[in-house]
Amino acid sequence: MTLAQAQHFVAPPHWTWYILFYFFVAGISGGSYLIATLFRLRGDRADEPAARLGYYVAFVALLPAPILLTLDLGKPLRFWHMMWNTTPGEPGLNFKYWSPMSVGVWALLLFGVFATVSFLESLVRDGKLGRPGGRGLDGVFGRVFITVGAILGLFIAGYTGVLLAVSNQPVWSDTWALGGLFLASGLSGSAAMLVLLQRARPAARASEGTLVRSERLYAVLELALIVIFVVTLIPDGTLGIVFGFPWLLLWLVAFAGLVPGIAGLLTSGLTVRGEPAAAHRQSGSGGTAVAAAERTSVMTSVAMPVLVLLGVLALRAAIIFSIQ
Amino acid sequence: MAEITPGRAYGFFTDTSVCIGCKACEVACKEWNQLPGHEPAFGDGFDNTGGLDAQNWRHVQFIDNVPDQTMGTGQGKAWLMMSDVCKHCKEASCMEVCPTGAIIRTEFDSVYIQPDVCNGCRNCIAACPYDVISQDEQKGVAQKCTLCYDRMQGNMEPACAKACPTDSIQFGPVDELRQAAQQRVTDLQEQGVTEARLYGDDSSIYGGLNAFFLLMDKPEAYNLPNEQNAVLPRRNNAGGYLATLGTAVLGVFGGLIALRRRREPAAEEGDQP
Repeated sequence: MTLAQAQHFVAPPHWTWYILFYFFVAGISGGSYLIATLFRLRGDRADEPAARLGYYVAFVALLPAPILLTLDLGKPLRFWHMMWNTTPGEPGLNFKYWSPMSVGVWALLLFGVFATVSFLESLVRDGKLGRPGGRGLDGVFGRVFITVGAILGLFIAGYTGVLLAVSNQPVWSDTWALGGLFLASGLSGSAAMLVLLQRARPAARASEGTLVRSERLYAVLELALIVIFVVTLIPDGTLGIVFGFPWLLLWLVAFAGLVPGIAGLLTSGLTVRGEPAAAHRQSGSGGTAVAAAERTSVMTSVAMPVLVLLGVLALRAAIIFSIQ
Repeated sequence: MAEITPGRAYGFFTDTSVCIGCKACEVACKEWNQLPGHEPAFGDGFDNTGGLDAQNWRHVQFIDNVPDQTMGTGQGKAWLMMSDVCKHCKEASCMEVCPTGAIIRTEFDSVYIQPDVCNGCRNCIAACPYDVISQDEQKGVAQKCTLCYDRMQGNMEPACAKACPTDSIQFGPVDELRQAAQQRVTDLQEQGVTEARLYGDDSSIYGGLNAFFLLMDKPEAYNLPNEQNAVLPRRNNAGGYLATLGTAVLGVFGGLIALRRRREPAAEEGDQP
């Protein structure tokens, strides 16, 4: 051991499957909320079905999150101790801005409110609650609401990486890239998840091209962060832990998940085959859009997104399990 | 010994130069704290305890330094023995990350995990740089040395210090222990034991350890991080959140590019109904 190397004598916390799946759903939920918000704020009318799909995904993916976190506790029925200090003589709310787990508890609670409201609002807009064609949160208030929700979503997708880093564990505490890496992979996974699910929601297919394009850009972002992750581990000499066998196999899956996005960008740039032109979308000729979208193969809209999602899971698994 | 008074900092001075590896501290600790321990397991050395965890709040390390070549008289240091324990750090990593407030600093300045507040999230285990804490499988909560909080409230010294036959473990007010330790290391140095050194007696390691040590080798040899590596978890907050923020900005930007791109003429190539 050279002097430059970090010394780690810590014990692993045994954060395993519950935490892996929590990190996964947190990434998908937060990322989907952001994508939905971008569609609603910056897209056109044809993007609205995809926006609602995004809010549905954000809510449904978030549902298991508190359950997974609670089950992971040694004392599940004391989950509320995260929020309320039960130290005798010192009752009060628990909040430590310097402890990501403490911040995360509150952020998760707040984001849960936003995800639930946006979910219900999307149901109303879809006419699933009450009269058909109901109105949602329109106007400035609605826009501010989903913007705040999107910021919280970005936080939820990313803070899990910071939580790992704020420790004294090898690998985790040797890099500052984990928060960004988890966020980037969460975003690419969310875009892939929406590409996959819009097959079941024909009205949302008009946005498939945008989603595929987003996924390509997020894959590049994720690759850049993996490079930073690797580079930051070199001085501490912990690279061998996280990329050793058998974790290398998980990394291969993670890299495979980047292939659709990176290859797509290299071969066709930001152009997506079969995407309806803006003019058709604006005029609301949904039929044309659907017909065009249907030409995209099963390969593009099923196999590739599934590969991306497996990569998102494998990336987190490699980082979580390799040091424990 | 003198009255144990709340408001004063108490701790251990563990002098490894006189440890004989009898493990009386481990036994006394388990007896008093009613720790059931683990199933017996036998390794290939004298250390069958393994390490500090929820069941072992004292652990005698046996560090095998037997040289491969025959040494001259007086040059062989066959074993380093050290009774390891929670250091009750002034700046405690475990306490820093604990989200429930279960880890507190007591009136004796020790670091204590309240068993009825802890909910078993294990964040403290990820943070402790000394591998001191682990989760009790039955109770579900994190456990470690309490500095015999209950005994101290009853004006009794901790069980391990009481049991130690060589006074390798000394208990007392931290300021007094530090003076004694300084004297001891000076004496050893004068006797030609140049490898003797103190660890954690000043603020260079986590602001000062209330349970500090006299070591006979460099800290790394005892699985203790040295001065450069004794760092707090919170150091990674700023970098971690900044990287997340940067990624978030790029992520929003990427999404906007993806949305804008199709409004440009190039996107119309694919439009052949």
